[in-house]
Order: sequence, then C-alpha cells, then structure tokens
Amino acid sequence: MTWSWLAVVPITLAPLAAINLLSRREPAGRLVALAIPILFGLWLLWIWEVVVVGFDVPRILLPAPSQIGHQLVAQAGMLWADFQQTFLKSVLAGFAMGCGLGFLVALLTDRVAFLQRGLLPLGNMAGAVPVVGIAPIMVMWFGFGWESKAAVIVVMTFFPMLINTIAGLAAADRMQRDLMYSYGAGYWQTFFKLRLPAALTFVFNALKINSTLALIGAIVAEMFGSPISGMGFRISTEVYKMNVDIVWATIAVAAVAGSMFYGLLALLERALTFWHPSYRAEARNR
Amino acid sequence: MTTKSLVAGRALPLATVLLFVGVLWYLGAIFLNAPRVREQLDRGPQAWTTADLIAGTWSMERPVLPTPDQVLAEFWKTTAGTKIASKRNLLYHAWITASATGLGFILGGLLGIGLAVGIVHVRTLDRSLMPWIIASQTIPILAIGPMIIIVLGNIGVTGVIPKAIISGYLSFFPVTIGMVKGLRSPDPLQLDLMRTYNASASQVFRKLRWPSSMPFLFASLKVSVAISLIGAIVGELPSGATAGLGARLLSGSYYGQTIQIWSALLMAALLGMAMVYGVGGIERIALRRMGTRP
Repeated sequence: MTWSWLAVVPITLAPLAAINLLSRREPAGRLVALAIPILFGLWLLWIWEVVVVGFDVPRILLPAPSQIGHQLVAQAGMLWADFQQTFLKSVLAGFAMGCGLGFLVALLTDRVAFLQRGLLPLGNMAGAVPVVGIAPIMVMWFGFGWESKAAVIVVMTFFPMLINTIAGLAAADRMQRDLMYSYGAGYWQTFFKLRLPAALTFVFNALKINSTLALIGAIVAEMFGSPISGMGFRISTEVYKMNVDIVWATIAVAAVAGSMFYGLLALLERALTFWHPSYRAEARNR
Repeated sequence: MTTKSLVAGRALPLATVLLFVGVLWYLGAIFLNAPRVREQLDRGPQAWTTADLIAGTWSMERPVLPTPDQVLAEFWKTTAGTKIASKRNLLYHAWITASATGLGFILGGLLGIGLAVGIVHVRTLDRSLMPWIIASQTIPILAIGPMIIIVLGNIGVTGVIPKAIISGYLSFFPVTIGMVKGLRSPDPLQLDLMRTYNASASQVFRKLRWPSSMPFLFASLKVSVAISLIGAIVGELPSGATAGLGARLLSGSYYGQTIQIWSALLMAALLGMAMVYGVGGIERIALRRMGTRP
C-alpha cells in the first residue's frame, strides 16, 4: 500500500524536467512559449490534487481540483445564473457607464484646462482610497438588484479612466502637433487624426485595469445584499454552509470570466493600436 | 501672488471643484432626504415651510444622504470625543485595520520581491511562472477573501493573521511585476561593464540591479499598499468581525446608520492616503540615502 505511492514521484517530476528542458530551448518558438506555462499550470493542479488526496486534507480547508471540477459540471445551471446576474448585468452595465463617463469628462477637461487642474489631484487621490467601501451606501440607495452593483462599478472605474485618458491626450508630442498645425488642421481634425489614436494605448490600459476592478466591485457589492443569485452572493452563502467546493467552482468561473474579458480587450487593443512600437517590436522578433 | 498665477496653479481649480461637489452634496441631501422629512412634518401639528423642510433634511438621524457637516461631526465625536481604547472610537477600528494592512503589506512586499528575484535569475521560473502571474492579475482575487477568513477561522486561526494573508495575497502582484521590470532595467552597457569587472551574479544584483530597481519598487509599493487596505477591509466583512473599518461599514449597513458608514469611509480614505504618503516618504529618504537627487 505504502509502496504504490512511489508511482506518484516520477509523474510529479517528469513535467518539471520537461518544463526545464523546454525553457532552455533557444530561440523559443511561439508554441514552446505557450506550452511551458500550460504544462506548469497542469503540474500545479496535479500537485494540488496529490497533496489534498495524499495528506487527507479536510474538504473544508481545501477541496481537490477533481471535486471542484465535479461541482462545475453538476452545478452548471446555478453557476450560469450567477454569471448572468453578476457579469452580464452588473459588470457590463457598470463598466460601460463608468468608462464612458470617465472618457467624456476627460474630453471635457481637455477643452477646459481649469477643470482639469481641479480634477487631476482628486483623481490621483482616489487611487489611494478604498472605493469599494461605498458598496453598502449604493445598496441602500439603489436596492438589491444589479443597479446598485453597477453604481459601485461606475464610481470605481471612473477615475482610472479619467486619469489615463487625460495622460493619453497629452501623449502626442510637440513635433507631431506642430505638423498638424502646419497642415492647417483644426482642433477636431487634430483630435481625431492625431491625439485620439495616440491616446488609445492609455485608454486601453484603463479599460484593462477597470475590467478587473469592475468584477471585484460587483462581487464585493453583492456581499452587502443581492437577489438570490450572483457570484458574490454565492460565495458568501455557500461558505457559511461549508460547501467550499462550490465556492471554488464560483471562483473558477469568475477567474475564467475575468481573464476572457481582459483577453478580449487585449485583442481589441492589438487590432486598434497595431502601429504602436510595442507590437511592432514583437513582430520584428518573431 | 497675482491673479494669473492663482488661476494657473492647482489650488484655485481644486477649491472650485471641491466647492462644487460640496454644493451638489447639500442639494443632493435635500433631494434624497425630503420624502421622509415631509412625511414626518405632515404628521406634526403645525404647518411647515420650505425652510423647515430644508433644515429637517440636513439634520436627520438616519438620513439617506448625510451632509458633510454631519459626517464631520460624527467623525470628530468618534475620534476625539471618546476614549481611544473604547470600541466606539473610530481610531481604534482604524488601528485594527491598519495593523492587518501593514502586516499583509510587508508579507506581500517580501514575497513579491522574492518572486521577482527568482524570475529574473532562474529562466525556468521566468518562462513558467511569469505568464501565470500576469494572468492572475485578471482574476478577481478579492472573491477568495471571505472564504479564507471563514476557513481559517474554522481551524482556529482568527484575528489579524487571516486578514493579513488576504492583504498580502492581493499586494504581492504589483510588486512582482514592478520588480521584474525594475531588476531588468539596467541597460546592456551597464551589464556588460559588470561582466568586464568579472562580477558574480550576486555582485551584479547588489551593486547594479537592486539600486536601479528602486524607482520601480516604490511605484509598485504605492499601488500595493492601497490594495492591501482594500484587502483588509474586505477581510473584515464576513463572519462576526466586530472591529475594524470593514466591520463598521457592515454594521452601519445592517442598522441603517448612514452617518456611521460615511465616517468609516472618510477614515478609510484618510488611512489610504496616509499610507501612500508614508511609502512616498520612505521613498524620498531611501533615494536620498542612495545619493539620487530628486
């Protein structure tokens, strides 16, 4: 019985050796660069499973990946409903409104310099403030539905968007602006042909930061009160019922949703700012 | 100071924006609190005027939106007006949260630096771990917070440690990312020079990589201390946490004590700013010691 355990050792060590070998390959192709982290991730899951099963870790403390996977399949309907409530309603609505508002106010401050000098210090300060704390107030004002979560997200995502857009609009340098001026371009022509494209990298930076913030805001706000679905609601209720594997399944869904959201934004960024040096350098190295 | 320099500076625009927010706030308080005050006044014996209504909306006990002066009064009462060790003192709750934040921040900072050093020096780690660290940025890690608290509480670990674990877990990512960038920031010429000196890896690290990573380190520490605070506050939300700013927020929302929520929020904001400025102060001292000029 004890001896059969030894079979685990080579299965554990083999991927490590493979990862090590692959890492040494020079130059690393795209496939190899992708294979290494995937192999490493699978190896982590394997170790997790071995440790949980081998040392008989209580299920409440840390469920095995296989148990979590089982819940993902068994509770798919419920998890989908939570995803709809949290992501498709609260996150998307709040994200669109918060980012849109931040962008519009940044455009406004671009025309009114006085406003910009007043808002920028406030925006920088907002970075140090735990804005999630407004969640109970918003739940009180807008009720338990998705509206209160969207409101929290609007406040959380507004300032990162504002600051980044303002920085982005200042990104086009003097020479380029002078060139536009010598072409006789007006404010809006310069804006659409030079400054907005130049600002896009900054705008996407804010969008990416905000995608994570939005999901966090929705989940935390749901802990202060929500209808009977939603990821934050699921996490906080199932943890009290000691169904830790369902909690982990919800977290897995949140992780996949967050990464996909981020990934889509990154793809969109690549499509819109293909001219940026960071992508050109990548293309040269390939 | 001339008028022109006042307009061009930051003070006047900032004051204008704050004034605008303040006026909007008082108007909002009238608008949001009016329905309940009107109900109350209608029940009273005398006829009432608009002035009575406005005065009523600005002095409710449990308003929908408390006015800034109500929040400040509550803030003053619960900080300077009560004994410092008492559970009613906001500073006591701030201290509970700040200690968890600080401990988590130190844990997270050390872990972040350690991981970055490993990633920069060990190629296997760079190729296998780095993509996961970047991917993990996209995951709402905060969601795990309450679970960690309750699970650790079940095996008997309570108090400051579980909250610090959440804070640390949240705060190590920015440090790792920033430090990997920072430790790689010396340019090839400088690294070549070190090689011509026949410097060992640890000498290169001590004399070149570490010093040149300092601006990156402090930039990411400022981000991560703010995240640590969020982690500690969220860590105080679940289970019967009775102390800390997060617990104040939660109990305030249970009992409809809006003024208490707002003053806890004000305290959290001040705490966050103090911590970021604190890190900034350490940065200035460290950079001056290292001989850089601002």
